[in-house]
Amino acid sequence: MTALFTILFYAATAILAVGLAFKVVQYARTPAPLKIPTTPAPVTTGGVVLRMAREVILFESLFKSNKWIWLFGYMFHGALLLAMMRHLRYFTHPVWEWVALVQPFGMYAGFAMLAGLGALWFRRIFVQRIRYISGPSDHLMLILLLGITGSGLAMTYVARTDIVALKQFMLGLIRFDWQPMPSDPILMAHLGMVIALMIIFPFSKLLHAPGLFFSPTRNQVDNAREKRHLAPWAAKLEAGGE
Amino acid sequence: MAGDYKVPELGEYAEIPPLCPGAMSQSHPFEASPEHQKALGFPGELVEDWHDKAIGRLGELLDKTRSLRVYLDSCVRCGACTDKCHYFLGTGDPKNMPVARQDLLRKVYRRHFTPLGKFPLTRWLVGAEDLTEEVLDDWYSYFHQCSQCRRCSVYCPYGIDTAEISMAARDIMDHIGKGQKYCNEIIGKVHAIGNNLGLPGPALENTLEGLEEDIEDDIGVKVRLPLDEKGADILLVTPSADFFAEPHVDGLIGYAKVFHQAGASWTISTYASEAANFAMFIGSYEQMREVALRIRKAAIDLGVKRIVFGECGHAWRVAYSFLNTLAGPWDFLDPNYPVPQHICEYTWDLIEKGQLKFDKSANDHMTLTFHDSCNVARATRMGDKPGGQFEIPRNIIKAVCNNFVDMAEDTIREGTYCCGGGGGLLTDDLMELRVKGSKPRMEALTQVIKNDGVTHMAAICAICKSQFAKVMPEYGIGMDKIVSVHQLVSNAIILDGQETDEDEDNADAEPASQMEE
Repeated sequence: MTALFTILFYAATAILAVGLAFKVVQYARTPAPLKIPTTPAPVTTGGVVLRMAREVILFESLFKSNKWIWLFGYMFHGALLLAMMRHLRYFTHPVWEWVALVQPFGMYAGFAMLAGLGALWFRRIFVQRIRYISGPSDHLMLILLLGITGSGLAMTYVARTDIVALKQFMLGLIRFDWQPMPSDPILMAHLGMVIALMIIFPFSKLLHAPGLFFSPTRNQVDNAREKRHLAPWAAKLEAGGE
Repeated sequence: MAGDYKVPELGEYAEIPPLCPGAMSQSHPFEASPEHQKALGFPGELVEDWHDKAIGRLGELLDKTRSLRVYLDSCVRCGACTDKCHYFLGTGDPKNMPVARQDLLRKVYRRHFTPLGKFPLTRWLVGAEDLTEEVLDDWYSYFHQCSQCRRCSVYCPYGIDTAEISMAARDIMDHIGKGQKYCNEIIGKVHAIGNNLGLPGPALENTLEGLEEDIEDDIGVKVRLPLDEKGADILLVTPSADFFAEPHVDGLIGYAKVFHQAGASWTISTYASEAANFAMFIGSYEQMREVALRIRKAAIDLGVKRIVFGECGHAWRVAYSFLNTLAGPWDFLDPNYPVPQHICEYTWDLIEKGQLKFDKSANDHMTLTFHDSCNVARATRMGDKPGGQFEIPRNIIKAVCNNFVDMAEDTIREGTYCCGGGGGLLTDDLMELRVKGSKPRMEALTQVIKNDGVTHMAAICAICKSQFAKVMPEYGIGMDKIVSVHQLVSNAIILDGQETDEDEDNADAEPASQMEE
């Protein structure tokens, strides 16, 4: 089991890193031929940084759009961030001070994730419009995230796992000094689902995370009259055409 | 060919309709004839290997267009956009929900350009599908039920703009020989004649002379509408509807009066007698550039120093956001002015400087509201501050009218609803869609008519004006209730040497008015 999970972890990390890097490079290299910011848009780069920050940190557009989706989505993403910060203690030794500080919040974040995900899934099933647009992968993604959250909570509140041994296993992965993985079925389920999530990340709608940063309607400065914007392929067209 | 359909009943605000699958699947605008297709360099009819050609073209567009690539990947189907499209709100057809419309293209993208969609065992999971004849029919129907108004993009957490997707889909269809008649025929006319209506130079000259006479008869001042005048300072590029029909033409008279009072030397060009660039609707950069270059050539040939655009929504998008890219750089024009300027920017600037005089009571028979045209609101700017595109037209209206009321907040400014006829859908073969798609705007308008005594709605877009004139009667509102912003300016402006009603009144009743004082 240890060997299997060791190999899977390395493979998943590689797929996640290479896959994401590939998509980010692909997005960055694809030219945006025209200025298409959704206006009113900032007229300076500083303004665009603020606009992007509001989107990333506050989900501004979603808030304008639908308060329920915003609430549940924000609950899930905020709690996910806290939970991930909390998990850093399994990968660092000595544990960073701020990671120690978020531990108590991270404990409860699991419940907020569960509630947020549950509410989003409820909407997906019971709101007619959202049910219509939902495909198998949309439901499965929620099931996977609920599984990860549930198994994580179970290890804290139901059947505690051997956290010291787990940390040694994790540090061993990072240090290439492999240690045995605790043979706890809930832990294996938890890690197995995390591995699955890492692998599908670059091939799924989870690409919304890097995608947001490359969205021309959000990241472009509204200065089309002042500054000429020309894609490389359009410049070639111009050189050949006139 | 209006066909059999029911005009929707209006509520107090846009209620989310229950889903009605297939409600609009019969909507199918006329396809372009081989002649119209070939004039734009597209195949005349559906090519034999249309499937492979379509996938190939999609691949090319993915490599050339970041928005398309990022947006096809990023959607999480959160549902935020599902109640934002006026065509969905008006028809209840689920494929008119922005995400569902995008998914028509996205499922084919997944099938051919993503690993999980290519792999047979995971295909069903991610909703990847082949481009079959049925899917192509859906494309043609539903990508011609998107007016590219960008309302969905305002509300999407990732800014996904369905306009980008529908433009790409229309481009792909053009490239396999399945173009839309309305757009492609019009673009062909611009290439051949210079404007969407196909008005030749002599007809234009005639029209403008007629207008000069009308103005002189009306106010006793000789206001010129110059055509092809070399050495003029300002080139006015305006939608050809302004030469042709009410209420557009009243707007044109308004521009002319403003230019006259400002003492500006200006001209219209026969060669570039069209502001609206319909090539944007079909998502063709090349076509859009060709049309835009006509304006560059006209500016050079006439030796103008500035370019001003008339009231036209999509035109202003192409002008404001794209013209510098497509036909710039404009370094041969006067650097003291933005290139191009909107006629509202031009007029408002003069009003701010106190150079125009108005008799606001000339508009007292009306209570106005303002319809923010979608492409002006969400794809452009006026003035130097974000949101100027909302404030400047309103400021002009308030400067020339005493009675102004805004419609409900979530139906104006960046949340404005499309008129229902934008994006290349302003054609009689889409009448049902146009009537139903205008429902959210009609609802908001009806509310201010009832509650605030609004009598007229002003707009700064030729498509909005034409669309409203046509669909408002379906909802029991007179077709003359839509007006141009510069029509209001025209009513109120007092030109030097103009005979005003006041003069006449004073002449008739001199003693009475003295007594009042």
